Amino acid sequence: MISCRDIRKSFDRKEVLRGISFEIPAGSIFGLLGPSGAGKTTLIRILTGQLPCDSGTVTVFDKAPEAFTGADRKKFGIMMDSFGVYERFSCGENLAVFADLYGVPRSGIRDILSEVGLGDAYGKQASDLSKGMRARLQLARAFMHTPEIIFLDEPTGGLDPQTMRGIHRIILDKKKRGYTIFLTTHNMEEASKLCDRVALLHEGRIIEEGRPEEICRRYDHQKRIRLHLSDGEDMEMERGADAADGIASLLREGRVETIHSTEPSLESVFLELTGRKLEEDE
Amino acid sequence: MHNTVVIIKKQLRDTVRNKTILIQFILFPLMTVIMENAVNIEGMQEHFFTRLFAVMYIGMAPLMATTAVISEEKEKNTLRVLLMADITPVQYLAGIGVYVWTICMLGAAVMSATLRAGERPVFLLFMGAGFILSILAGACIGILSKNQMTATSVSLPIMMVLAFAPMLSMFNKTIEKFSAVAYTQQIKLLIDRMSLADVSGTGTLILIGNALACILLFLLAYRKKGLE
Ligand SMILES: Nc1ncnc2c1ncn2[C@@H]1O[C@H](COP(=O)(O)OP(=O)(O)O)[C@@H](O)[C@H]1O
Ligand SMILES: [Mg+2]
Repeated sequence: MISCRDIRKSFDRKEVLRGISFEIPAGSIFGLLGPSGAGKTTLIRILTGQLPCDSGTVTVFDKAPEAFTGADRKKFGIMMDSFGVYERFSCGENLAVFADLYGVPRSGIRDILSEVGLGDAYGKQASDLSKGMRARLQLARAFMHTPEIIFLDEPTGGLDPQTMRGIHRIILDKKKRGYTIFLTTHNMEEASKLCDRVALLHEGRIIEEGRPEEICRRYDHQKRIRLHLSDGEDMEMERGADAADGIASLLREGRVETIHSTEPSLESVFLELTGRKLEEDE
Repeated sequence: MHNTVVIIKKQLRDTVRNKTILIQFILFPLMTVIMENAVNIEGMQEHFFTRLFAVMYIGMAPLMATTAVISEEKEKNTLRVLLMADITPVQYLAGIGVYVWTICMLGAAVMSATLRAGERPVFLLFMGAGFILSILAGACIGILSKNQMTATSVSLPIMMVLAFAPMLSMFNKTIEKFSAVAYTQQIKLLIDRMSLADVSGTGTLILIGNALACILLFLLAYRKKGLE
């Protein structure tokens, strides 16, 4: 569906993307994970034909972005923070403009708004929306014409945890219906929860790529097991044959409350690879 | 065509809510009606206020409205969303142009109510031509400026010159000499005579020159920047 080979992009001599390659199969959620300033938005702009790259090849629907026609563009749904809404229009009126352009019947607008939890906000003016509601409206606009690929640029950036979960539900629901989704985030928890595959972007390169659990397992150097016992005691042991007897007897005695493995989170993998935290500002 | 109609419909909906441009659209027609009815001084040129405000209307409303709409959509990035929804820049600009022109013509029609019936068609013809030039000029500024701030700071002085030069020319010969090159001044002369019969050669040339300059500038601006 989307394929990139060695994409490079510089702004005024500063090389932001230094050879990015990846493939995204149809029907999956791909997450691009990186701190702010890593080049995530730049990459989305290149993939959607808003910005030319300096070198490398991009193909989306087997086409280069320069060759996109209007019909191709209508197969995209894009949500970017910078994409504004009409402030003096209500939610319904905002979507009506795009319904007309996309050839979506206006009668469906209420349902589209309900799907993103804005059912009651049909007549609410966009300038009066909270940040979370605005994000939902932008999300509705990206999905309203049932596009084939959806690009979400930090869809939950700056939102509170509850609103964030709401948006995750919408995204997962869309995924179930077979949409292909490309999303960027600097929130590793979000990436592990939503994405089939993630790529870690650092200083213009993809430093790691794969299924979230797979990546975490790959960086599990400790290979240890942690037990929490019913008397409140915590035990840690090497995950080898030697541990088996000990654990077995504890289990038999009914003293084990929980067993954990010690594989790292994506966050700590990123930290290990770069020496930098994801949420840290530049 | 369909996309252009969507833009026009969107703008029509916005008109009553967008106070800054709504004032531009109704201020001069309203003042014309009030002044023509309220003030009656012996020996004053007939329809003095209509002629004066008509030219100021040409110099201000279409220019300022076009610039404001385009620069706001650029600043808020709603223009980008439209372009990604497969509106072409030409369709977009056509929509804005047709919209501004139509609203201004309504204003001109209100102004023309103060004139004699026989004068109205010619008056509307001159107004319509003037609006087109101002819309082109406004589109240039909108295309070239990044945000509303720059757009306003560029369009304000241009608008002032276009709108006030014809008025000041009535009182000052030097200004009249300079302002003769502006299309608003030429249209003021046309509206003063209010007939197609004695249109002067130089006047026509200046108008055509202005029109070509506006179109050329517009094309240059458009080719250089598109709607980026
Ligand atoms: N239009 C531009 N002109 C110059 N520099 C830019 C431009 N867009 C982005 N950059 C720079 O490219 C880098 C990556 O930006 P961006 O893609 O927005 O990162 P992210 O979305 O990951 O936060 C930043 O250092 C930013 O300053
Ligand atoms: Mg970004």
